[in-house]
Amino acid sequence: METVVFALLNGLIYGLLLFMLSSGLTLIFSMMGVLNMAHASFYMLGAYFAFTLGQHTGFWFALFLAPICVGAAGACVEKWGLRKVHASGHVAELLFTFGLAYVIEELVKIIWGKFAVAYEIPPELNFSLFELFGSQYPAYRIFMLAVSIGMLAGLWYLLKRTRIGLIIQASLTHPHMVSHLGHNVPRIFMLVFAAGCALAGLAGVIGGNYLVTEPSMAFSIGPIVFVVVVVGGMGSLEGAFIASLLIGFLQTFAISIDASFAEIFSFAGLSADGDVGRITIASLAPMLPFILLVLMLMLRPRGLMGEREF
Amino acid sequence: MTDYSLDRLPDLAPSARYKFATRVLPLLLLALILLSIPLFEPSRTWLSLFNAIGINMVFALSYNMLLGQAGMLSFGHAVYFGLGGYAAMHAMNAIENASYDGGVWTSFPMFALPLVGFAGGALAGAVIGWPSCRRAGVPFAMISLGIAELVAAAGFMFISVFGGEEGITGDRMNGIELFGLSLGPLGEVYWFIAFWTFLGTALMYAFTRTPLGKLAQAVRDNPERVQFVGYNPNRVRYLVFIAAGGFAGLAGGMSAVNYEIFTPESLSVVPSGLVLLMAYIGGARYFAGPILGAVVLTYMQSNLSDYSEAWLLYLGLLFIGMILFAPGGLAGLLLSGANAFKSSFGVKEFLRLGAYLISALLALAGVVVLVELAVRHSNGFGEAFEPFGWHLAPDQVMPWVIGLVLACVGMGLLRVLSRQGGTGS
Repeated sequence: METVVFALLNGLIYGLLLFMLSSGLTLIFSMMGVLNMAHASFYMLGAYFAFTLGQHTGFWFALFLAPICVGAAGACVEKWGLRKVHASGHVAELLFTFGLAYVIEELVKIIWGKFAVAYEIPPELNFSLFELFGSQYPAYRIFMLAVSIGMLAGLWYLLKRTRIGLIIQASLTHPHMVSHLGHNVPRIFMLVFAAGCALAGLAGVIGGNYLVTEPSMAFSIGPIVFVVVVVGGMGSLEGAFIASLLIGFLQTFAISIDASFAEIFSFAGLSADGDVGRITIASLAPMLPFILLVLMLMLRPRGLMGEREF
Repeated sequence: MTDYSLDRLPDLAPSARYKFATRVLPLLLLALILLSIPLFEPSRTWLSLFNAIGINMVFALSYNMLLGQAGMLSFGHAVYFGLGGYAAMHAMNAIENASYDGGVWTSFPMFALPLVGFAGGALAGAVIGWPSCRRAGVPFAMISLGIAELVAAAGFMFISVFGGEEGITGDRMNGIELFGLSLGPLGEVYWFIAFWTFLGTALMYAFTRTPLGKLAQAVRDNPERVQFVGYNPNRVRYLVFIAAGGFAGLAGGMSAVNYEIFTPESLSVVPSGLVLLMAYIGGARYFAGPILGAVVLTYMQSNLSDYSEAWLLYLGLLFIGMILFAPGGLAGLLLSGANAFKSSFGVKEFLRLGAYLISALLALAGVVVLVELAVRHSNGFGEAFEPFGWHLAPDQVMPWVIGLVLACVGMGLLRVLSRQGGTGS
């Protein structure tokens, strides 16, 4: 019971963090057809910006300033990079963002060093909120939960209840019609790209001190975000939300199960000496999203809630 | 009325001379270069660099069978390199054991290990390609990424096969000797690498001339029409994928003999990314592109990394620059340069080319100064960047200004030049 409750809570927080990353990526992907390989790099930039800004302004200002800076960086990338490559097709765009991920990681290494920086949880939130089954539950995780849910509500309101959201939704499916109606579609693309990057930056700000802020953080979470987008389905925020939670729960539950294959399949005569018998469920956790990805692409290419194949 | 009878039609087939110049001559040149390298008696450093280049050449060419020929973007090609290499590594140990205990492997020469690698890579390609080649484009790229992550994770998990963190090692000086090569000294390994590099390159070139190779290009350009003609694009992709996996495994086998060690790192996404950079920077649209890319990148990897910590940043910038300004890669740049040289090359064009080169060099110098200063500043050892005897200290303002001005002037000039070119010609 204890493990289940903790895994549920942590899985929910991790899943919402993933959704914060993947919501921007899904919007960008379904709008421009670009699977932004550098999306997780913007998440990393968010964490590093918050670290540096936080030293001068404190965490609370950085919480707002860092995502804005990341969004501005994203806008520049779209305007001067991606837009130029767009003419050469989707593969060139994919390659461009792949190269960009390389460059951002190296720049981060040069500016902030090769090792993790001491980006820490603000002291105001560094206490335990309540006690569960005899162990303390840190308040910062609940804060992350609150920010994620706030973002979720804000995004939903923006997309479904405002005029801007209407235009964005229309540009997803009918970009030509939208531009005939007098809207500047390239600028909408740029703004969506910037907003997606800013969301990734926000995830970095609140995730960077929860996890570790180091140059390899983009590389470790990036592929998982792709999995979320592919599993959720093209152009579907709801799908991305479900997939984020699914992967969040899947990974946290797998980590908390300490059984090995030998124990589970002992009825089949599997011994604990071989390689297969020694594998534990916990060590499989990093592989689970990719197994899900490959199965999904083979069996249901349009994802959980996607409207079309990509 | 004009008579359009068949015997009056012009012969459109390429002349024998043209065929020789474009199909046989480049391979002869490659053979000549490979044969003449030992005449210069290169040092051990150079020899090991040449060996690494040979391996990467075959690897990058095999990657380009996917990217350049069939239009399949893979983020996990190192899987086949690594699995082929592991197959060769296990065969190497089997040969060693057979030299004590006897068995089937006694009659297998160490020289032929890349064949084992080829078989391993092709087998892996056949198994993994079956599910992944049913989709093209971005889904294929995503599946390849997922599979690469899976295989790399499995590599660390199955210790008896992949040797865990430290990998598995072997000894190449066992079994029967072919061509009188014991494969002990580096000079003899060079001949081994040169042989397989040439064979691999020639075979992969021959592959582009086969009906399957031609079909692969058709599938890349227009899969729908290929379907109308009566071929199954997925089947073509699958067959090309197996062949590409096999040649990647061949490179893996070469690498197994050269380094005598294989670790699960070699299966991971990092070498897959590097081979993608090699093929693209060299020029994925041309057969010779990946060869160029492999030479340049391997050289950068082994030498530039001594000069600068930020060489990966330069590599990334080079890659992005290529995508933005020269999608044909190095091969495309060279070819367009040669074409411009052939057709109407007057004083004006010469000056223009000179202006381009100078402004590009200015921009490059500016970027290098800025990056190197930043590296030294962030290291915080108080070191100064000293190119050609100049003293540029990162704690002063002037060096940063110099770098910034150089970069801005160079890029501005490039912009002006390219605008003029757009309206002028």
